Amino acid sequence: MTPDLSSEFVGIYSPNPFWLASAPPTDRAVNVDRAFKAGWGGVVWKTVGVDPAVINVNGPRYGFWQGDNHRVQGFNNIELISDRPLGTNLEEITEIKKRWPDRALIVSVMFPLDEAIWAECLPRIALTGADGIELNLGCPHGMSERGMGSAMGQAPDLVEAVTRLAKKNTSLPVIVKLTPNVTDITWSAAAAFAGGADAVSLINTINSIIGVDLDQMAPVPTIDGRGTHGGYCGPAVKPVALNMVAEIARNERLGHLPISGIGGIGNWRDAAEFMALGATNVQICTAAMLYGFRIIDDLTEGMKTWMKGKGYRYLTDFVGQAVPHVSNWNMLNLNYVSKAFIDVNRCVGCGRCHIACEDTSHQAIEKIVDTGRYQVRSEDCVGCNLCVAVCPVTECIHMERLESGVDPRTGLAINPEPANWMQHPNNPLNQPVVKPSLEKKD
Amino acid sequence: MSNTTLIEITLDEPLLEVKFRRLEKRLSDESAYIESERCYYCYDAPCVSACPTDIDIPGFIRALAVGQAARAAERIIQANPLGASCSRVCPVETLCEQACVRMHEAGGPVPIGLLQRYAMDHFDLDSMKSAESVEIAALHAKPKVAVVGAGPAGMTVAYLLAQAGLMVDVYEAQNLPGGLNESGIAAYKMLDDAAQREANNLLSHPKIHVHYGKALGSGLSLPKLREEYSGVVLAVGLQKQRQLHIPGEDLPGVVSAVPYIAKMRRKEPVPVGKHVVVIGGGMTAIDIAIQIRLLGADDVHIAYRRGEEAMGASTYEQQLARDQGVFIHHYLRPVAIYEKNGQCGSIQFQPTHILDGQLQDQGEMVTWSVDQVFVAVGQQLETESWIAGTPELQLDSRGKILVDEFAQTSLAGIWAVGDCASLSGDLTVHAVADAKIAVSSMIADLASDMRSCV
Ligand SMILES: Cc1cc2nc3c(=O)[nH]c(=O)nc-3n(C[C@H](O)[C@H](O)[C@H](O)COP(=O)(O)OP(=O)(O)OC[C@H]3O[C@@H](n4cnc5c(N)ncnc54)[C@H](O)[C@@H]3O)c2cc1C
Ligand SMILES: Cc1cc2nc3c(=O)[nH]c(=O)nc-3n(C[C@H](O)[C@H](O)[C@H](O)COP(=O)(O)O)c2cc1C
Ligand code: SF4
Repeated sequence: MTPDLSSEFVGIYSPNPFWLASAPPTDRAVNVDRAFKAGWGGVVWKTVGVDPAVINVNGPRYGFWQGDNHRVQGFNNIELISDRPLGTNLEEITEIKKRWPDRALIVSVMFPLDEAIWAECLPRIALTGADGIELNLGCPHGMSERGMGSAMGQAPDLVEAVTRLAKKNTSLPVIVKLTPNVTDITWSAAAAFAGGADAVSLINTINSIIGVDLDQMAPVPTIDGRGTHGGYCGPAVKPVALNMVAEIARNERLGHLPISGIGGIGNWRDAAEFMALGATNVQICTAAMLYGFRIIDDLTEGMKTWMKGKGYRYLTDFVGQAVPHVSNWNMLNLNYVSKAFIDVNRCVGCGRCHIACEDTSHQAIEKIVDTGRYQVRSEDCVGCNLCVAVCPVTECIHMERLESGVDPRTGLAINPEPANWMQHPNNPLNQPVVKPSLEKKD
Repeated sequence: MSNTTLIEITLDEPLLEVKFRRLEKRLSDESAYIESERCYYCYDAPCVSACPTDIDIPGFIRALAVGQAARAAERIIQANPLGASCSRVCPVETLCEQACVRMHEAGGPVPIGLLQRYAMDHFDLDSMKSAESVEIAALHAKPKVAVVGAGPAGMTVAYLLAQAGLMVDVYEAQNLPGGLNESGIAAYKMLDDAAQREANNLLSHPKIHVHYGKALGSGLSLPKLREEYSGVVLAVGLQKQRQLHIPGEDLPGVVSAVPYIAKMRRKEPVPVGKHVVVIGGGMTAIDIAIQIRLLGADDVHIAYRRGEEAMGASTYEQQLARDQGVFIHHYLRPVAIYEKNGQCGSIQFQPTHILDGQLQDQGEMVTWSVDQVFVAVGQQLETESWIAGTPELQLDSRGKILVDEFAQTSLAGIWAVGDCASLSGDLTVHAVADAKIAVSSMIADLASDMRSCV
């Protein structure tokens, strides 16, 4: 059985679920042609706008945070949308779609809330043969100052209005790309849904200042002594994006709105995680910018290898499989008890777990005097996982569930029956109602 | 010193475990992860150009870094079907790793060889059997191809041709496949029957038929093979041991290293001296020196007539030998071996030096007492038994089969690969690289034959 990666997203077919997100990798025909040659399933063309085209800064437009081994963990940009005329973009899109009919080609757009513009431009885009439209409601810098990008994406009524405008002026599927710079992503998704969106994609970049140049006393990237906030992306944003995807996927009122997952995806595993949380396909930008289009091999082959191992034949076999297991905190089983265990044979005696637990957790790790290694005192361990996080040795500390007996910390018997907060006696809402006394206790 | 009889030792499993296993280098899961993360994932990577078989090194290392060792192995095998044995025997310090862009950084080059070994150790070799094939065979009138020799070169040719859809007959003089992988490579590099497991999997392809105990020259003739097959690939290796041509060479106790290693690896009892001298400066000299030391020799001295820089064995291999207590002496030319109690008792050397690029004698002769001398000065192609029928087959100045850059010999329809071919680099990985070249050349030839048929 060879797993089949072919993917369908709002009626758009692509040989695999890996699309390049709207950004520099999809800025022009040469790039996109190379990307398709390398094997990408689809691209969302770099956001186009109205003429005259925007102007980009001519100095550094990227800032970055490099972690261990000089690898970029977080990436920040102050680039605007396409700085080329709309006509040039549309000509190239037409040519590319003709050359690559089996790949998905979506055109990302950012227009002001002016019906005439939408009515003129969307039909022109449809003529290119493109498969769909993505609304860029996310750019957190530059464009937002002009009332577009995240300025629209942050106001649910504008999201709805602009989605409606787009839908009215095209018969192509409309994907609304959401900004993460909001308090509750489901409000944005609900607005897009109400406006008639066929799907949402998320996340766009997170508003950020990536660092400060302490000599120039200005944010980086610094342009002639001044910097601005930019859009944050890359591996660092993946957790934020995963949560937002999950929040939309598990929200019943959103009627199973299809999701294209974006944010920090670098390898097959990241992609599988997004899809398990309900994304039908994924989009990638930073990883391609850092390593080139060739990462598609690892994405496709890695995904196939994993699917084969799991016995998944089609993407639909696992898309959304993790969604039912995402719940609110109050639904977690409070009778589940786990404890940390240190493998003394692997312990190198660095003391990191001890000091972490001693200073900032529950004083549950002690040194074994004659060996210099460490052990967990179950009677103090709350099972928080901090020691696992700080231990530099792989598979040295692990968490183990107590299945039966007594929790030595609480002295309570392990209850095999799950009980969540809603059922817990400490929950005030769970108590027989007691009339609050008006008398003041001192 | 009165050692007239040498002790006989069998390289059995306990001995392998106790003495030889120590020399095996492998990465733990953590180290493999950490080391794979050190790879820069270079574009157009220099390590790939340095690998004779063009393994996509950054690609397989990336698969390791994302936790898919078996997929890493698949990538390796796509470029090099003998990826498992290469990961054990390649002198990577002179191949891929020397080209790593991190060579001069703290921590040194990415340990590509060990990572490859790690990937291959996590691969189910059995899964190689079900390869997809392009059906050239169905179109061609004489679809069968003959391969002579089932060493690294012959096995790779057979496997790749079978993958391409051709029927392959392999003729192997021995009763086992693997060639020097099975009989020559140092035992500590090929623990756990690695060579046999790999050979069996490569050759178990349904389109391959191996005829064991069939040697070119005895019952099998090249003209006949040419007639019966659409193409013939010679992969017979080098079967003749070069000699020293000095007095005393025939004395008991003077042994040719390669046949000795073969016997040892077959787990037959072999004599082990106490005071051993090894003549030579290549990989074979190092291998026999280390192994005879592990088998229990008291002192082992390698004597090489030139300097360290001229030695065929890499610096790493030389260091490995020294770590095992082997002494390496340069600029000593053996002159004669003398008898004592019916076997070799001493060996005499003429010191040498290099003058104007020429090796010249210099200084007083030295004599060492010994009870065993290993000759490891190279192998040659044996042609006497089979070449008579094809006098047109040209050999080069070293007596190897002359080939062009497509591995084609001077006779149409005959290719030569591996150690026996003039252009080969004399390593296992070169045998594989040759095989790849020969296979593409042969397939191109057969395809153009087909076109002219229709
Ligand atoms: C002691 C020693 C140590 C080595 N160590 C290393 C190492 O560490 N790393 C490395 O990369 N390389 C090493 N090499 C070199 C490497 O083993 C060879 O380059 C490689 O095996 C060549 O493969 P081959 O298939 O050309 O020849 P071989 O391995 O010699 O195989 C030839 C095959 O043909 C068969 N054959 C021969 N004559 C006939 C005939 N007339 N009819 C039918 N069959 C025939 C033989 O039985 C054999 O199976 C070493 C070599 C030696 C001698
Ligand atoms: C330099 C740069 C330019 C971008 N330009 C656009 C854009 O024009 N339109 C858009 O919708 N998103 C744009 N993005 C956002 C990406 O499409 C993507 O949503 C974001 O980077 C998160 O994905 P990633 O972590 O894989 O990079 C840009 C990102 C970068 C780094
Ligand atoms: S990546 Fe290319 S365009 Fe950007 S600064 Fe470097 S050379 Fe210039």
